[in-house]
Amino acid sequence: MNQFINKNLYGDYGDKEQAAGASGTHNTAGEWPLWEVFIRSKAGLDHKHAGSLHAADAQMAIENARDVYTRRMEGVSIWVVESKNIHASDPYEAASMYEPANDKVYRHPTFYNLPDELKHM
Amino acid sequence: MTVHSFQEHFDAKIDNEVMIEPRDWMPDDYRKTLIRQISQHAHSEIVGMLPEGNWITRAPSLRRKAVLLAKVQDEGGHGLYLYSAAETLGITRDEMFDQLHTGKAKYSSIFNYPTLTWADIGAIGWLVDGAAIMNQVPLCRTSYGPYARAMVRVCKEESFHQRQGFEIMMTLANGTDVQKKMAQDALNRWWWPSIMMFGPNDADSPHTAQSMRWRIKRFTNDELRQKFIDVTVEQARLIGLEAPDKDLKWNEERGHYDFGPINWDEFWNVVKGNGPCNKERLDARKKAWEDGAWVRDAALAHSEKRKARKENKEVKAA
Repeated sequence: MNQFINKNLYGDYGDKEQAAGASGTHNTAGEWPLWEVFIRSKAGLDHKHAGSLHAADAQMAIENARDVYTRRMEGVSIWVVESKNIHASDPYEAASMYEPANDKVYRHPTFYNLPDELKHM
Repeated sequence: MTVHSFQEHFDAKIDNEVMIEPRDWMPDDYRKTLIRQISQHAHSEIVGMLPEGNWITRAPSLRRKAVLLAKVQDEGGHGLYLYSAAETLGITRDEMFDQLHTGKAKYSSIFNYPTLTWADIGAIGWLVDGAAIMNQVPLCRTSYGPYARAMVRVCKEESFHQRQGFEIMMTLANGTDVQKKMAQDALNRWWWPSIMMFGPNDADSPHTAQSMRWRIKRFTNDELRQKFIDVTVEQARLIGLEAPDKDLKWNEERGHYDFGPINWDEFWNVVKGNGPCNKERLDARKKAWEDGAWVRDAALAHSEKRKARKENKEVKAA
């Protein structure tokens, strides 16, 4: 089964070396490391994942991110994280992982049947 | 899960228009086809900078120059979005460059034609970017998440490219006789190669059915080509230019323009490497890559040295 769940190199970079070693086909020596870019489009909003890029270090990653992802004033702040430091949940465990929330509709306000006359609630 | 159920799960997602994300299981052929399609698209953006870059220093005004610079920079950016998307499928950037430089990977044949006059810059923006937009807009809804997201970004930026190209053509077409002639000449030379950008006829495009099934292609080559011709013929007339096809005729019954036969021999010839500029383009790419090697190495060495120095300092402080 392991063979089949093709463990990808993306979004699971903690396993990157392992995955690369397993297949033995990827030679990334000499390549600048990969960085994930997060951009805050304006003050008051969260940083949001914009994409990725290669850079030799964090400073260069931020400068490259400016050129690649904010050519049209898309951002006021940039975060960069080396991709190998991102750890992701496993999509094959999604069913059990999010199952606890499935049967708890009472967590939503619409669950409660209240009279129409009730105002401001 | 068994092999079978992985496939079923994947098929169900495709059928229900659910996006496939990098860590999801996908059939090997889907992965391979996507890598080929996305990297080919990325290479086209990068090589596409060359014919236009030729005119940056010769743009007729500061405004045109600033616009062209911004457009070429966008093409570079588009290449980078797409390379990143392809990397999520497990291929490295260097592997893709290697495939481009060794001729194993293709890029759009259109960029193997030369840019002889300033009007060619107008024709490229209007026709080549116009054809690219026809192709790309449906890909914003393609089944592979990172690809679709990259395409949304690309399409948002691409529309200025087409407008600036049309504006160049419009200005020339409204200019002196010589300028108008120059615009018509550019249209004559770029028309057929642009039409060929949509690829072979559906009957000769064996992968179309599978790609449509996977939603990595949403319209056939011929559908997109027809759509492009229908809108572009009218645009040309609007500025007093004529597409160089004597068979162009509105077909009331079909609700489309009929058009003349396409010279597929020329198309395949250029694809196989015998276009006017194939060698020049590839040589330029290889030269840029090789000449830049010391910069990449130096930046990496510098960052490693700084990292080591920092670690040293931390050890001493502890």
